Amino acid sequence: MNKKILKQRIYFQIFRVVTASVIIFILLMIGIFITNGASAINWTFLTDKPREGMTQGGIFPAIMGTLYLTLLTIAFAFPIGVASAIYLVEYAGESRLVQVINSAITNLAGVPSIIHGLFGFGLFVTYLQFGTSILSGALTLFLLVLPIVISAAREALLTVPKSFREGSLALGATKWQTVRENVLPYGLPGILTGAILALARAAGETAPILLTATFFFSAGAPAVPTSLLDGTMALSTHIYYMATQHPNPALVRSLTYGTALVLLLLVLSLNLVAIVIRTRHRRRRNW
Amino acid sequence: MNIPVKVETKNLSVSFGEVKAIKNISLMIPANKVTAIIGPSGCGKSTFIKSLNRMNELVKKAKTTGEVLLDGNNIYGEDYDVVNLRREVGMIFQKPNPFPKSIYDNVAFGPRIHGTHKKELLEKIVEENLKKAVLWDEVSDRLNASAMDLSGGQQQRLCISRALAVEPKVILMDEPCSALDPLATAKIESLIRVLSADYTVIIVTHNMQQAFRVADFVAFLYLGELIEYGKTKSMFENPKNELTEKYITGEFG
Repeated sequence: MNKKILKQRIYFQIFRVVTASVIIFILLMIGIFITNGASAINWTFLTDKPREGMTQGGIFPAIMGTLYLTLLTIAFAFPIGVASAIYLVEYAGESRLVQVINSAITNLAGVPSIIHGLFGFGLFVTYLQFGTSILSGALTLFLLVLPIVISAAREALLTVPKSFREGSLALGATKWQTVRENVLPYGLPGILTGAILALARAAGETAPILLTATFFFSAGAPAVPTSLLDGTMALSTHIYYMATQHPNPALVRSLTYGTALVLLLLVLSLNLVAIVIRTRHRRRRNW
Repeated sequence: MNIPVKVETKNLSVSFGEVKAIKNISLMIPANKVTAIIGPSGCGKSTFIKSLNRMNELVKKAKTTGEVLLDGNNIYGEDYDVVNLRREVGMIFQKPNPFPKSIYDNVAFGPRIHGTHKKELLEKIVEENLKKAVLWDEVSDRLNASAMDLSGGQQQRLCISRALAVEPKVILMDEPCSALDPLATAKIESLIRVLSADYTVIIVTHNMQQAFRVADFVAFLYLGELIEYGKTKSMFENPKNELTEKYITGEFG
């Protein structure tokens, strides 16, 4: 065989193995959490409060806390992110201001999450006196995921063909009518996909809410928060606390892995929903 | 010419950044006639007709000077309503661009955004305009089907219906047949002839035979300048300018 071709084959085989290792790592990760955590998961674990100094009971308040935090986060991030993307793609043109906005978005996306946490602590918890609360946590996460929502929405809007806009404007539609009727509906699946990915990101973040929203455990706190100004438990921070702050981490190891498994499954299923929306849209798209 | 003028350009120039696309074009376009704009690629044909409904403004760094008078009013005047302009001056694009909605919704889109919401009225408008564009018989039994399932020629006629539904006075066509086969082209061409009874049609084409078949008047552009303008017959039979003659006889282009 030709030496060049042999060489090429060897290299591509190596690349293939390297690429395939991605699959191995994700399977390994899921496998480890299932073997260590699956035994902890049962109905009580999912529906009960922690008991006996966190060594018994469940993680219901943490599940609810994560749900509250992420849904509130996306309730802020979705409208503001989509509105920003519409402005940037459809209205803004290419001014100096837009360049500054764009680099602000890129930079915001690059800020380490612990910095977001500290910032949120300073602004929302202390200065605005929202305290350690769901509201403070959600606002902090909102800043964290906003660039994700904007970028995804912007990409989605840019894939809508220019000819739709031209056709609409040429009929005497205003710019807003054009965006609402002939751009946004076709960008929506992409926008939703991005929003769900942002949701998954918010659900998994730890540092920002550690500083702004969550506590280890409070026996007196209700399982379901009654106010947005309540502090809360959350899955991600619960894992952190159990693994590092518990007086006897070895004793609660399986509860910790169980919590991790729940969080992992939550995030993976959100990603799965995003994938389903995207493929359905691709298949149905006729333009 | 004793025919009333519908659109008049005065010293119209358009540039994109440093590039001058059309230069000082002054032209009087008669009402209820078909005027063809011909010329080789890059001569500014498309830029010219897109300046008649201010679609050039969508392009970055586009700059327009001079005047375009529609019924005597300068559409580049300070308080001219561009949204209303595009109602009066409809446009058909090179590549058929129906919205990925139903056939019905494509035609009803224009009337809806301009405030017509009564179902019976919309139905009437849709039927009327599909008939005007000679598409009704082919689609009357599937108005709720997606416009994307139509053939290219049908899509282009749908786009014509869609444009007619907002009751324009002028229809701009930017090489409307360039993506179509000869049969579909023939249908659009005969439609153009019919439309000229009620509308002022301005069509860009790089197909000389097409200009000859459909147009009453022809304007020849070259490198952004208007070289010659006149009645189709006289332009084709005895062009005054040497360049025109060379182009028409196919010596270049």
